Amino acid sequence: MKYVRSWLLPVIALAIAFAIGALMMKLQGANPLKAYESLFSSAFGSSAGISKTLGKATPLIISGLAVTICLRAGLFNIGVQGQLLAGALASAWAGYAIHGLPLFIHLPIALFFGTFFGALTGIIAGALKAYRGVHEVITTIMLNSLVLQLGEYLAYGPFKEPGQQLARTPEVLSSAKIPDLFGMPVGFFIAITLAVIAWWIFKKTTSGFRLETVGRNKNAAWYAGISVKRSILISMFIGGGLAGLGGAIETLGVVGRYEPAFNAGLGFDGITIALLGRANPLAVIPGAILFGGMRGAGGSMQFAAGVSPDIIDLILALVLFFVTAPLIGKWIKTVRGNEAITTGGWGN
Amino acid sequence: MIKKYLGSRWSPFVATFSVILFFYLKDALATTSVVATSITFGLPLAMAAMVGIMCERTGIVNIGIEGTLLVSSFIGFFVASVSGNLLVGLFAAVCMGAVSGLLLALLSVTWKMDQIIAGTIINILATGLTSFFYKQGHTLPSTFPEIDIPGLSAIPFFGPVLFMHGPLTFLGFFLILVLWVALYFTPWGLRSRSVGEHPGSADTAGVSVVRMRYLNVTIAGAFGGLTGAYLTLELVGSWDRGFSAGRGFTALALMIFGRWNPLGALAAALFFGVAQAITNQLMITEVVTIPQQFTNMLPYVLTILILAISAGKVRAPAAEGQPYEKESA
Repeated sequence: MKYVRSWLLPVIALAIAFAIGALMMKLQGANPLKAYESLFSSAFGSSAGISKTLGKATPLIISGLAVTICLRAGLFNIGVQGQLLAGALASAWAGYAIHGLPLFIHLPIALFFGTFFGALTGIIAGALKAYRGVHEVITTIMLNSLVLQLGEYLAYGPFKEPGQQLARTPEVLSSAKIPDLFGMPVGFFIAITLAVIAWWIFKKTTSGFRLETVGRNKNAAWYAGISVKRSILISMFIGGGLAGLGGAIETLGVVGRYEPAFNAGLGFDGITIALLGRANPLAVIPGAILFGGMRGAGGSMQFAAGVSPDIIDLILALVLFFVTAPLIGKWIKTVRGNEAITTGGWGN
Repeated sequence: MIKKYLGSRWSPFVATFSVILFFYLKDALATTSVVATSITFGLPLAMAAMVGIMCERTGIVNIGIEGTLLVSSFIGFFVASVSGNLLVGLFAAVCMGAVSGLLLALLSVTWKMDQIIAGTIINILATGLTSFFYKQGHTLPSTFPEIDIPGLSAIPFFGPVLFMHGPLTFLGFFLILVLWVALYFTPWGLRSRSVGEHPGSADTAGVSVVRMRYLNVTIAGAFGGLTGAYLTLELVGSWDRGFSAGRGFTALALMIFGRWNPLGALAAALFFGVAQAITNQLMITEVVTIPQQFTNMLPYVLTILILAISAGKVRAPAAEGQPYEKESA
């Protein structure tokens, strides 16, 4: 019964959000059934659609994981967006600036660059939290804006593609591009593997247990001899690194270069997906596939029913609201496990 | 003796004041305009910080200020542009702000949700709603006009800096002072602070914790609505996606830096405004050429620095972030 109910809450939340979304479309004089039908048929109805959906889902799985791992350790990592951008930027640079390497060396190096710079962005917030007691929510949001500005500066300046009007870096070399495997995006399989590894770490290993203990009760963890500072640093480092890897996979597999308009909002969808999956690494996968499909096929609603794809933003926000507010939870009397507790004073 | 003064919290303000005086003697006109601009930059941050102070003093962490600013400025702009009346827009923005405050109170007081997540929901909802309903091509009939207070505005330096602003600027400053007086010298203030420090005792003394928190968070939301209206109807005169530009988060840092005291946060915000105005002036006069992206980064870097310096040294209201559970008899 507990099993059923833990699935019921996100499903009901999704249903209500879609219903409100339909109402909004109706108010604008559009046909919601037509809009939803075109949305889902173009996202999941053909093999090309599914391939696109999985491609879109890949960075979402990874950014959802980045949020999930930090949530488990009691940290609310709103900085996934910035960490992802840092990863995209670094991997794009490594992808076009390093010459003369074969694929099996160049690609891992480019992925490593992305992961490392994402982790670096994450650990700045982690260190400020661990050593200065600055709440991670504010620092990560500030870092998001910082990285965005930095990326814009680099794309307009030092990293700019020569002889190009647009602000963007040169295209990454083919030796750094992630190849497709049997028509499926390879990044997707990496993302699934990462989700399984994360699940295994929290389920079976001591390190995972340590992080989780700090997340549940800092004082108890400290009393048991677990270093709280170390846990904060580690989880922000891993979270940031994952987000950076997500950015790198998106850059090297899909976009092919860094542009200032690079996927704004991927990180924020990651937050919604992590909370929708109630901080369970495996539950991130279906959420990300659903969101990826909606993001990828949003434009088709404009075409079929004249509905602006911005409705997706609204629906996703409503999903977040209904899944976290204990409104439905009380009604179906869910056993509320795995809840993240992230509010503390600003100084501790 | 000197060391004592250097270490005091007044030292940054004394330093700022001396710098302003020095430059005023060098170039009166430019300095006056820089200081006047710094008030324009600093005031919305100070007002947003008041939203945080009002909530946190009663024990509610409000990370949704950004969302409140975004959604209320949006409503203010569109209502004013459709109705053609700025006052109607102002009223709508204040109401919208109050509604967002009420939502935060519902989530965090009644439903006892994690307050950081509750605030994040408000932010994401605000982004979703505004980007869905946003339509291009709307303009305001005008913005709130500048009022030059007769007589006082003729004083050199202080006239342009203090007495030549739009009506909402004056209102904002006035309300910040009112909040300071109310928080420290009225029964309401004492009750609010006691609810934020030790809700159990406040409850025992007959103060309803739930009612106090609802009241303050809603008033704070309305104040956030006023801030949003100020931004769009007086300062900028237009609205675009992501209009609030992180001001709500900067405001939280200023609140902490100002030790949850309205005057402290106001001073911190003005200091912030001065830093931005000076950078602007340097850019305009081309004394230094910095890429624009780096000047854009300034508020964010300052916010992180301020927090790194002040967090851990300051003491937040004791009951902050904790839902109140009434003990059963």
